[in-house]
Amino acid sequence: MTAPTPSARRPYPAALAAFGRGGTATVLLLLVLVFVVIATQNPSFFQGPPLMAFAKKAAPLVVLAVGQYLVIVSGEFDLSVGSLVGAQVVIAARLIDGEEGVTLPVIGLMLAFGLLVGLVNGLVTTLLKVPSIITTLGMMLVLFGAVRYWTGGAPTGSLSESFRVPGRGGIEDVPFLGQLPWAVLIALALTVVAVFLMRSPFGRSLMATGDNDVAAAFSGVRVQRTRTLAFVGSALMATVAAILIGGYAGVTAQVGQGLEFTAITAVVLGGVVLGGGRGTVVAAALGALTVEALFTLFNQLYLPSTIQPSVQGLIIIAAVAYAARRGELRLPGRLRRRPDHEPEPPLGTPRR
Amino acid sequence: MRIPRMLLAGTAGLTLMLSACTTDAPDDAAGGEGGGTGLTPDAEWFDPAEYEAQLAQREIEPEGPADEPWSQAIEPEWTDTAEFVHDSPEDATVCFSNASVSNPWRVTGFITMEQQVEALQEEGRIGDFRVSDAADDDNQQISDIQAFVDSGDCDAIIISPSTTATLTPAVETACESGVPVIVFDRGVNSDCMVTFIHPIGGYAYGADAAEFLVENLEPGSTVLALRILPGVDVLEHRWAAAQEIFGGSDLEVLGYEFTEGDGAKIKDLVSQHLQRGEVNGIWMDAGDGAVAALEAFEDAGRPYPVISGEDELSFMRTWDEEGLTAIAPVYSNFQWRTPVLAASMILAGEEVPAEWVLPQEPIRQDELQDYLDRNADMPSLHYAKFGGEDLPGFPEAWTDR
Repeated sequence: MTAPTPSARRPYPAALAAFGRGGTATVLLLLVLVFVVIATQNPSFFQGPPLMAFAKKAAPLVVLAVGQYLVIVSGEFDLSVGSLVGAQVVIAARLIDGEEGVTLPVIGLMLAFGLLVGLVNGLVTTLLKVPSIITTLGMMLVLFGAVRYWTGGAPTGSLSESFRVPGRGGIEDVPFLGQLPWAVLIALALTVVAVFLMRSPFGRSLMATGDNDVAAAFSGVRVQRTRTLAFVGSALMATVAAILIGGYAGVTAQVGQGLEFTAITAVVLGGVVLGGGRGTVVAAALGALTVEALFTLFNQLYLPSTIQPSVQGLIIIAAVAYAARRGELRLPGRLRRRPDHEPEPPLGTPRR
Repeated sequence: MRIPRMLLAGTAGLTLMLSACTTDAPDDAAGGEGGGTGLTPDAEWFDPAEYEAQLAQREIEPEGPADEPWSQAIEPEWTDTAEFVHDSPEDATVCFSNASVSNPWRVTGFITMEQQVEALQEEGRIGDFRVSDAADDDNQQISDIQAFVDSGDCDAIIISPSTTATLTPAVETACESGVPVIVFDRGVNSDCMVTFIHPIGGYAYGADAAEFLVENLEPGSTVLALRILPGVDVLEHRWAAAQEIFGGSDLEVLGYEFTEGDGAKIKDLVSQHLQRGEVNGIWMDAGDGAVAALEAFEDAGRPYPVISGEDELSFMRTWDEEGLTAIAPVYSNFQWRTPVLAASMILAGEEVPAEWVLPQEPIRQDELQDYLDRNADMPSLHYAKFGGEDLPGFPEAWTDR
């Protein structure tokens, strides 16, 4: 196997060590493994164009996973992104309806709508103290229902050619690669932005909030504002993903369905700990690539689509268990397994 | 913990490798589920007698006015409805339990139905029209039907069942309440209703598409089948008919893929097949996302395949613009008019066919321009054979949806 097996004795650069600690090594190993199996099935996969086709397909999920990462690392969930992607594509199709001229205004409107949804998610979670899993579940249903109501059940209209450029087009005639898709460049750029964001004071606050929001608050982090901004970030990323997905394949009734769980799967596979405070952006992005690579692999293997979710589930559990065994995932205290013999408080004494 | 780590890594690797080995025969394994060549229809979904009957029905001249296909019937057996005659039909309440409007085909049909209701109300042939929508939930639809029965207000109940077996008892309950029951689109395992309205059916649809590919492709050409979901009878019948026809042809079926009608998934799956080799033909069990499949060819710089889509407009427009070799099999959308017409006939005591088989003709190249012209103002995701051109509200009701 080509993946580096870290040897315990040999000292290696600090950056590499940090790379390993974030869970990045496991997901990278899995990604390489999946790619190797794909290569045995389809040797032409690593010639430029098929690889770019794969990257183009995977780009929206990478963007979504980076958005989801922001929320998860702050200790929350965002279940509304799948519905938001669906809503945004349907809104775009209906408002544009094939007219080139309105493309940019509609994209602006979509970003504003994404901003609004993120803000509502964030404020309801932080100010009204509704757990985010409930807030965003509610938002998921609200968006789903509102879009169904607005369209009478299924989408109508069509996207303009220029709207579809980011998701479908690219720089043509690149040597070896063929077409270098815009979607890949956009996903790459957003990932880099997120990496720098996480190194900024805001990123540190976000991480601290997810690790322990009480301690973060005592040390001067404005927890509510930080979390709200994380939701806004996630919703904006979902909007970009919607532009890429709509561009990739046009508008269908099913667009966006189930994407929230695919995005969360990608983030978790990247070793980002649910509950917050641990994990890296790069690992989340690699997690997204791995999930897409698994989908591709299943298809290459002609695995019956009915069994695919089960195999996907097994691989995810195995990967996270593997990472936990390696000690890459240091669970925060409240998520760590309870001791076997927890002292039972005597009857009558109130629990803390 | 060294051993468990190695064990886990080993198991994961082994799982991947094993699954690679066991299904390592992409040339003859058609998708996997069926095993073998995959071109023998699954007995559960293939009724040879019904298949033959549907293929034969395609050739039979339907009774009724030729310019109103929604009033036509193939070999009708007329049933007497005098017992249901209503003294003042303009006050009669017609209730409709809809399975859902969760796809563009059903949205288009439901708009047509509402416009037909308006026309009949103006003529005083029916009164109030009540609708409940079960959003694809069997349990919801059972309670919707029960609520109609319990209210006692309905003078006729129209049901578009969500699934066949589960809804059968609910339909029987409605029949027992004594009001005339009309079932359309998907059927139920009962004949208690006054009339069951449907186009010829899934076998004819799948056969129209498969026969076109067989006729228009060289022997030895490769065909990829794109299916929406497994286990839905109307869709399984289409695939069973295609298997039957492909099985007796010289075409090579690469396999079938389930797409859930999701454009992104369709485009990705087709792109992957194109990376591995030639795809000369595409067979689809429903036209949703046909354009996404075609784009995969365009983006890969390959010649367009011979394709069977559906009478959905974005596909038909692409067909025209790109000069494709294509066919649009039709699952007659105009059937949504027929149940309310049947209700008005029953309330007037007129005879209706016990099984009302509507014509179902694919759109071929020679009719393409005609249907595109007729639907010039209609949006994408509209169905060309919606049959509502003569109804009040045309065209706004369909264009501003």
